[in-house]
Amino acid sequence: MTATAIKTELSQPQLQAAFYDLNEHDHPEGGSTMLGFWMYLMSDCLIFAMLFAAYGVLGGSFAAGPGPKDLFELPLVAVNTAMLLFSSITYGFAMLAMEKDKKGATQLWLLVTAVFGASFLAIELYEFANLIHEGATPMRSGFLTAFFSLVGTHGLHVTFGLVWLFTLVVQIGKKGLIPANKRRLMCLSLFWHFLDVIWIGVFTFVYLMGML
Amino acid sequence: MGRLWWDAMPQEPIVLATFVVVALGGAALVAALTYFKLWGYLWKEWFTSVDHKKIGIMYMILGLIMFLRGFADAVMMRIQQSIAFNGNEGYLNAHHYDQIFTAHGVIMIFFVAMPFVTGLMNYIVPLQIGARDVSFPFLNNFSFWMTTAGAVLVMASLFIGEFAQTGWLAYPPLSNLAYSPWVGVDYYIWALQIAGVGTLLSGVNLIATIVKMRAPGMTMMRMPIFTWTALCTNILIVAAFPVLTAVMTMLTVDRYLGFNFFTNDFGGSPMMYVNLIWIWGHPEVYILILPLFGVFSEVTATFSGKRLFGYSSMVYATLVITILSYLVWLHHFFTMGSGASVNSFFGITTMVISIPTGAKLFNWLFTMYRGRIRFDLPMMWTVAFMLTFTIGGMTGVLLAVPPADFVLHNSLFLIAHFHNVIIGGVLFGIFAAINFWWPKAFGFRLNEFWGKVSFWLWVPGFWFAFMPLYILGLMGVTRRMRVFDDPSIQIFFIIAAFGALMIAGGIGAMLVQFAVSIWKREELKDETGDPWNGRTLEWSTSSPPPEYNFAFTPIVHDIDAWEDMKRCGVERPTTGYRPIHMPKGTGTGLILAGLSTVLGFAMIWYIWWLAAVSFLGVIGYAIFHTFNYKRDYHIPVETVEATEAARTRQLAAAGA
Repeated sequence: MTATAIKTELSQPQLQAAFYDLNEHDHPEGGSTMLGFWMYLMSDCLIFAMLFAAYGVLGGSFAAGPGPKDLFELPLVAVNTAMLLFSSITYGFAMLAMEKDKKGATQLWLLVTAVFGASFLAIELYEFANLIHEGATPMRSGFLTAFFSLVGTHGLHVTFGLVWLFTLVVQIGKKGLIPANKRRLMCLSLFWHFLDVIWIGVFTFVYLMGML
Repeated sequence: MGRLWWDAMPQEPIVLATFVVVALGGAALVAALTYFKLWGYLWKEWFTSVDHKKIGIMYMILGLIMFLRGFADAVMMRIQQSIAFNGNEGYLNAHHYDQIFTAHGVIMIFFVAMPFVTGLMNYIVPLQIGARDVSFPFLNNFSFWMTTAGAVLVMASLFIGEFAQTGWLAYPPLSNLAYSPWVGVDYYIWALQIAGVGTLLSGVNLIATIVKMRAPGMTMMRMPIFTWTALCTNILIVAAFPVLTAVMTMLTVDRYLGFNFFTNDFGGSPMMYVNLIWIWGHPEVYILILPLFGVFSEVTATFSGKRLFGYSSMVYATLVITILSYLVWLHHFFTMGSGASVNSFFGITTMVISIPTGAKLFNWLFTMYRGRIRFDLPMMWTVAFMLTFTIGGMTGVLLAVPPADFVLHNSLFLIAHFHNVIIGGVLFGIFAAINFWWPKAFGFRLNEFWGKVSFWLWVPGFWFAFMPLYILGLMGVTRRMRVFDDPSIQIFFIIAAFGALMIAGGIGAMLVQFAVSIWKREELKDETGDPWNGRTLEWSTSSPPPEYNFAFTPIVHDIDAWEDMKRCGVERPTTGYRPIHMPKGTGTGLILAGLSTVLGFAMIWYIWWLAAVSFLGVIGYAIFHTFNYKRDYHIPVETVEATEAARTRQLAAAGA
């Protein structure tokens, strides 16, 4: 409908109906949340991109210190990776329970996810403690700086995810699976799987390629 | 208390005097607010408000205050450089002078240009797209206070301790602990980190708003051009600011924990810092200029009484600039020695940017062509921009030629170039926007006489201040010099100082303009809500708009939606109102930002226990906030009816 056509053909009430939403209803809350959270995740992804880039630049700067082959224990990292991957699966189960509106099952799967997540962190801290004990501290070389920063930043994200997860378990307990809580579960789901994807990058780029 | 002790208090007479003046002024302000019992009003109606219009205005006020601080730094540098000849050391010692040029750059970019631009987008975008607020109103309030928290830390550094002496981008190794051992660089880092959180979140917020909350009928290619440029700018923010966050964190761990990202030894790479910071830094300059391109487009179309020439080419030009802005960062350091091929690539991508920018300029010229041009203040600033910015763009293309850059790198020619585009583009655009949208925000126009005084002092003042710098740069004078050996170049610095004096007059006249306009607001009143015969939806509602912006959401059939409605003769509906669903105000943003300020301050001064407490405070309070599920309310239909009836009477009285 062109503007002039509207002008010639329509009466004032019809014009008003054409130019104003006269029967507007409340917009459901949180319509932008998933889009907004995706954008936040992509910005977070850029932070990791910077850390990967820094690792790419500094990854060979050993400063006469130890390199990946001297330090990494692939079996340990494999177990660790398995922990994180399992936690993603169990988070998926939590989401399935949420879809079926099973409050208790959702909370239970979230707690299982937390156990796997915490195991991942514990193994990572064990690995870090070993490295530091051997003298391979982040201060030792550019390579170790980049390594600890990249892996550590991922670990901090997992820690933050755990805090968030426990908060949600409490909130589901208090309010049930209301739309606001479901939205929050979806956001944490994105966040959790995102960390999985980042870890696969770390595992491949840092550990596997480091052992080549 | 970490390393915070009495020796952190001001020692130099200049700083001490400033401190006394600021302390007295601050005390007077607090006393006045208390005496007139305004704290409750400010807290309830402004500080905790999630209304995008009020947040937008608060951003503009923050930008204005910081602009005065940043300009004071500029004047101090101009005076120092105009007298430090023939063995005269000037009046600023090196430690103080180095802080001034660093603070000037940091403040003008992060705490003047950014709040101005964000404030404009916050105020205008929801109105232009026919929305009642942004997607995440609470985050909007939080973003504003985080930006303010960064500004507070920078201001605190003036009196408690010191600011960085590294230049505005704090290149290592100079910014490493070994060469900048005290608190200056730490102030820099934490101010930028905290403000950066605010900027990033407001970027996410505005993208979601533009994508999700447009009025029915407003397709992407019917969005007002300012909204388009705002969308591209916010995409740039979301894609660039995480890089700054990452780089600042790397510098932080280098300084605090002895890591080796950017150190000279143990395999660190200072050159990586320069690359990473400019991967943020170059998009940043487009973040600043793009929304103002939008402003100029709106102003040109409105004051030429014509639809914008080449709307779609304008959109595509904006998108091309958005993408290209990521492919040019290396032109800031051709001299680092990346080799001829790499330098050529970045030289060419830089020059290519002038093509979409040139297309924009021609679009504005063709919009003016055969239009009925009204030379009101916004249009005057726009014409001044076109002339000034074009010169700045051409010197930019010159600098993009690597061999020429080897001669001009870090010279005053570069300084003149980027002030030419930032003042001539961003600042003139802000002034055009303030004069254009002030009546919308406050319901009365700005005084024309003092606006013209400001204009005629600013524009020639700019040329007096920066033409000498072009000449000096071509002669090989480098930037950031405190004293000079060659007395023959003193005259150029005196002319530049004279230009700065004219600009000071321009700023003064602008402040007078605001004061006179507020004083005579009844004479300058705009009853219609549409004082300039505007074309986009923000002019369809009252000035200032009601809290809910639009009683009925408009339906869009044209790019210039409001012009279309006027042409079709649609009358504003005056019955059938409904209650309106709105977000509730909250003090959480202010509290979280306050705790973040304490956290930053504690980290700067190594007060670890306070840092731990405030960090736990931030996390704890944020979690506590998520337990609040009641975040909205309805404006009752009676309120809407009363507001709109008042508007009907106002329009009738204005004869519209």
